[in-house]
Amino acid sequence: MIFAMPNLTPALPEIFVLIMASLILLVDLFLSGKNRFVSYALTQFTLLGAAWITVSTSGQDVVHTFNGMFVDDVMADVLKMMTYLAVAAMLVYSRSYIQLRNLFSGEFFVLVLFAMLGMMVMISASHFLTLYLGLELLSLCLYSLVALQRDSAQATEAAMKYFVLGALASGLLLYGMSMIYGATGSLELSKVAAAVQQSAGSRTMLVFGLVFIVAGLAFKLGAVPFHMWVPDVYQGAPTAVTLFIGSAPKIAAFAFVMRLLIEGLQGMASDWQGMLIIMAVLSMAIGNITAIAQTNIKRMLAYSTISHMGFLLLGILSGSLNGYSSSMFYVLSYVLMSLGTFGMILLLSRKGFEAENIDDFKGLNQRRPWYAFMMLLLMFSMAGVPPTVGFYAKLSVLQAALQAGFIWVVVFAVLMSVIGAFYYLRIVKLMYFDAPEDQSPITAQPDASLLMSMNGMAVLALGILPQPLMALCAYSIQHSLL
Amino acid sequence: MFAGLSLLSLVIWVPIAAGVAVLATGSDRNAGLARVLALIGALAGFALSLPLYTQFDTLQAGMQFVEISPWIETFKVTYHLGVDGISVLFILLTTFTTVLVVIAGWNVIEKRVAQYMAAFLFMSGLMNGVFAALDAVLFYVFWEAMLIPMFLIIGIWGGPNRVYAAVKFFLYTLLGSLLMLVAFIYLYTKGGTFEILDFHRLPLTLTEQILIFFAFFMAFAVKVPMWPVHTWLPDAHVEAPTGGSVVLAAIMLKMGAYGFLRLSLPIVPDASHALSGFMITLSLIAVVYIGLVALAQTDMKKLIAYSSISHMGFVTLGFFIFNAYGIEGALVQMISHGFISAAMFLSVGVLYDRMHSRMIADYGGVANRMPIFAAFFVLFAMANSGLPGTSGFVGEFMVIMGVVKVNFWYAFLAAATLIFGAAYTLWMVKRVVFGAVANDHVEHLKDVTPREFLVLGLLAVAVLGMGLYPLPFTEVMHHSVNNLLSHVAQSKL
Repeated sequence: MIFAMPNLTPALPEIFVLIMASLILLVDLFLSGKNRFVSYALTQFTLLGAAWITVSTSGQDVVHTFNGMFVDDVMADVLKMMTYLAVAAMLVYSRSYIQLRNLFSGEFFVLVLFAMLGMMVMISASHFLTLYLGLELLSLCLYSLVALQRDSAQATEAAMKYFVLGALASGLLLYGMSMIYGATGSLELSKVAAAVQQSAGSRTMLVFGLVFIVAGLAFKLGAVPFHMWVPDVYQGAPTAVTLFIGSAPKIAAFAFVMRLLIEGLQGMASDWQGMLIIMAVLSMAIGNITAIAQTNIKRMLAYSTISHMGFLLLGILSGSLNGYSSSMFYVLSYVLMSLGTFGMILLLSRKGFEAENIDDFKGLNQRRPWYAFMMLLLMFSMAGVPPTVGFYAKLSVLQAALQAGFIWVVVFAVLMSVIGAFYYLRIVKLMYFDAPEDQSPITAQPDASLLMSMNGMAVLALGILPQPLMALCAYSIQHSLL
Repeated sequence: MFAGLSLLSLVIWVPIAAGVAVLATGSDRNAGLARVLALIGALAGFALSLPLYTQFDTLQAGMQFVEISPWIETFKVTYHLGVDGISVLFILLTTFTTVLVVIAGWNVIEKRVAQYMAAFLFMSGLMNGVFAALDAVLFYVFWEAMLIPMFLIIGIWGGPNRVYAAVKFFLYTLLGSLLMLVAFIYLYTKGGTFEILDFHRLPLTLTEQILIFFAFFMAFAVKVPMWPVHTWLPDAHVEAPTGGSVVLAAIMLKMGAYGFLRLSLPIVPDASHALSGFMITLSLIAVVYIGLVALAQTDMKKLIAYSSISHMGFVTLGFFIFNAYGIEGALVQMISHGFISAAMFLSVGVLYDRMHSRMIADYGGVANRMPIFAAFFVLFAMANSGLPGTSGFVGEFMVIMGVVKVNFWYAFLAAATLIFGAAYTLWMVKRVVFGAVANDHVEHLKDVTPREFLVLGLLAVAVLGMGLYPLPFTEVMHHSVNNLLSHVAQSKL
């Protein structure tokens, strides 16, 4: 048997991140508490380096390697770049928060980097096994990150729930994959796609497998009816980890859906379309309506995430390139908003105080008008009110769904977003119309504060000129799917 | 002078830039600077809008001062601006009202002055944008973005029940607007463009037209507001600070009506004809029933709010009889109501700043202590009830003339507004202004300050000027209205 060395170039960013993560794990052993900053700096350097490698190895072509298990295309490059950005922003936002809670340790950074590696593998996977490998790497890191605050009962409970339900979902997914394998005789996405096109194998078995795969996907996305873990995990995890879970993994989840349903199972679009419609409609309804009743902002944002995932699915289920690129635009805008919103909670938290009740936002306009304004932009963006990027995100997915003829789903989505507007408005109301209850000074680090300004301004700037990002999404979808 | 720069863009962006500058002054320590900057911004906006009128070619029916450049190529959305005889006057009305609002809020607003002034400047730019936008997405962006400053104005500087009013205002309008957005997207999927003028030519079946009509109806009827989706207005008006009420009544309500003219009638002409009976009925209910409701109010601002709904009923009535008198009369009525409602709310504001009450019962004999104010108030009240010689008369008369041609009984009912209008307005004036001095508070009232005199005086000139010589207003719109009517007369089926 001849062992041919695979082409490693497409996987260079992953290899680099892996090496650096292992290096940080080692270096951190020799660091005392005071010098822990080195790990932080190394982590940021890793992200920068990975970004540089991704940019310099990017090209227009779709390159497969590792016997078709791994793919490097434009979509993967763009999504990876956004992942680095989201992780870097997460680290800046949460630095002071984790320092004050004694979580500023090597494990945190190493787990984050391994989770990111998992996401990168998911984004670049073109084989059921690679997909599953990336997913598990991500999930295991996330479980432990949630449980990182050992002495917090709430965090431990959240981690338990997340782990048990996550394992169940992985099981479902694997079971589905094995069914598809049984029907098509292949684990490679392109071969599965070809086999489905030629309608080889038993249709029943394919659909049976598909149901399990969609269920597993829905769990990872947090779409109804597989959303139960989302609120508990969001609320229970340390806010820095919530910020992490709420941002970058959504990009990976989007890639996951794209690889599985579009690249692998496009031929069964008529089957999964129906399932996605039900999930989208339920997610939008339950997410938005339940969010109204929440008093904990992390929990409220968890339900808001569920509803946003419903909107995201609208683009995918429309089954056109236009729809996929609008979903991609949606997920990127959502990550931007989500970073800012959770970042704001981190900025307002201080030692021994978590700004996690919506009442903690009371009178923010009188305490810090600039922060209040940033939060106002983020909230209106979440609600989809122009001139913020959230509006174009909604516009593009609604447009895609309408073009595919789902007019009543679109009308329903619009009605749900009016309900959604109510709880975002409530935050604005608390910040602007109410008097502050808490007069203690807001002690945010200058770097986090600057990042918050950039984040808010990005939401506004992309709301005025969305074309570059939209064009980028359209371009990367067109050059990645054939 | 402005050859290189495009006038419409300036009218939109100069107030917004001024708003940013005002916001930058920061806390209330620099309130004086914020006020001066805001006044400069508002005056600049007004000055920039004047050439739109003086250089307007009244003989041309199409769009003028057109600007077009690509914006979001993915959806073929363009930054397309232009005005015709229907929209140009509203831009002038907006910039004029902004100046008044800034002056009126000069020292009445004491907390967070910079934010207050900036919110009005943002609104001014965004409202100009709504009247100038010729691309549906651009129109929608301006239309929705406007909600944010208004929401904050009601919620921060409003009365005791301001939060309820602000949220109700926002959600009501958002619901309507989003359905309009769905209609826009549908038209885009049919026609492949978001250009409003291309929508005008897009062929549509009657079913499509009727569904689109109702989507637009939800957006515009809420904004106008028409009976029965008017209930947000009395709340918003009563709770908003004076400046907020003025902008709401003078301009925001006009946007709904403008939407009917720019979008509903030309895009779905057959549905508009088919549903004209429905629209006329709703309009007449607004005129008659809301007129009666106004009669029963004890709160001055609420009374004026209901009076606005009733007068706007007149406007929608004028649109849906499809003749030149009706539409031109309705447009004149919109401009005139912009002046009169602004004047009425500012007058109530003058009283409220002194007495901190809007209740009619708390007043009486104001004329004895504030003769100059009383003179203004009576003038505006007369205008509100449509006295000949004031602007209120011209529009109503034209609409009634138009309606008589269609159906005598409609006209008969519409004319009832003159009677109810006179009844509720004059009765309020009688109770507030005339009679003996009612109580100690009224006894100690001081007459208008020079600042208030300036604001009310400007509006009085506008009301009388338009009433005595309406030609400068009607000649601008004449060709565009005829063009619209000939377009609406053509079936799209």
